[in-house]
Amino acid sequence: MFAAQFRRDWLCLLRAADEAVNPLVFLFVTVALFGIGFGGAPERLAEMAPGVIWALVLLANLLSLEALFRRDYEDGSLEQFVLLAHPQFAAVLGKVAVHWCASGLAMTALAPAAALMLNLPLWVVPKLMLCLLLGTPALSLIGAVGAALTLGLRNGGGLLPLLVLPLQLPVLVFGVSAVLDEAAGLGAAAQVYWLAAISMLAVTFAPFAIGAALRVAVEQS
Amino acid sequence: MSPRKFWRRLGSPKWFYRISGPWRPVFLAPALLLLAIGTVWGLAFAPPDYQQGNSFRIIYVHVPAAMLAQSVYLLLGAAGALLLVWRMKLAGLVLQTMVGFGMGATALALFTGAVWGKPTWGAWWVFDGRTTSTLVLLFLYFGLHALRRAIPDPAAAGRACALLAVVGVVNIPIIKYSVHWWTTLHQGATFKLTEAPAMPPEMWAPLLVNVAGAYCLLAANLVAKLRNAILREERSTQWVRGLVGANRPGAAP
Repeated sequence: MFAAQFRRDWLCLLRAADEAVNPLVFLFVTVALFGIGFGGAPERLAEMAPGVIWALVLLANLLSLEALFRRDYEDGSLEQFVLLAHPQFAAVLGKVAVHWCASGLAMTALAPAAALMLNLPLWVVPKLMLCLLLGTPALSLIGAVGAALTLGLRNGGGLLPLLVLPLQLPVLVFGVSAVLDEAAGLGAAAQVYWLAAISMLAVTFAPFAIGAALRVAVEQS
Repeated sequence: MSPRKFWRRLGSPKWFYRISGPWRPVFLAPALLLLAIGTVWGLAFAPPDYQQGNSFRIIYVHVPAAMLAQSVYLLLGAAGALLLVWRMKLAGLVLQTMVGFGMGATALALFTGAVWGKPTWGAWWVFDGRTTSTLVLLFLYFGLHALRRAIPDPAAAGRACALLAVVGVVNIPIIKYSVHWWTTLHQGATFKLTEAPAMPPEMWAPLLVNVAGAYCLLAANLVAKLRNAILREERSTQWVRGLVGANRPGAAP
């Protein structure tokens, strides 16, 4: 079930690749904005870099979330999805996994470039990437709950960030403090384990919430 | 009445409306009395702090507000779970009506915290563990409020908000501890279940009175709001129409 859903959504993603690339471009544009804004002070920039990168990753992830269920909702395939005879857990996870590949995984791969632009020391970059790799699944899963809740709302503009960002805060906190501690030479094992734990927790529970929220969205349309 | 029977009866808003009539004064009177005693005692008679002087007295508003802020969110989460699992109407009404109260308590806690922080820490606002988690709590309340406003269908709005409240309750401990370990300037909790308060009794006793008063106020508010919401929700039923006299000849339809 997971594989079938993953394959189907992956194909959809490839056929609308532009839409998937836009949030990644957004990440770089905003990183560049910070770089230009702090142009005169590379050291200050390096201090801010972990926080800036994580905050922008949260925002870029948010941008791509809006499209997560929208097309399926509009063409009616989401109704079929809700009516699936198979357990929904795996199918939901497959859908979110595709989103994570296009958002979290892609941003992890691009993180070194963003880190370079913000003057982050090179030897910290692997830790940053590890944290992004472990933390972004939780971002996608928590975000998907919000995306499902706000699906099809005509007057729901700007609601998604309000619902999702407060819940994603722990990922930001641990992600930033991991990179800062690593840069200070303290090691960051605790934060890395925490990010992994949050993501595991999200993988376990979020699909149920996403499924229930999708049902609410489909029933009211 | 056995607990099981009570539980089953709770599913009926009509039954709740009938029995809850006398509850509100039962909670409201001690609420006002306790809050009056605790506030006057705390502000006028409790000894000043040896370090903070008189500025610590804002604790008598700050702590009850902060405790209510968290308790109301827990209440909303519990109501959300009841609504999702048992489709209990009354739980849906709790979720619908108490968001404003929680938001107010959270805002009050943040405001009094800022006022207290200025003389004590030297700053109105610090991104410390407890202040940040309270701020996030305020955002969660805003989210619940906005989500309900955005969904036109009341039943769907109720279920969506219930889901959000449950997800929020699961997240609150994570948020709390994540920001706690990060940086903490805030003093520890005044009341803990496991040990006696570090304050002298003349200082914490009025606080305890105020906390008890605040919870009575919450209960009185909850009962009053539920009764109003029940009348509004069931306004087209026979018993409400009978109650408000809409069935009398000559009354407005």
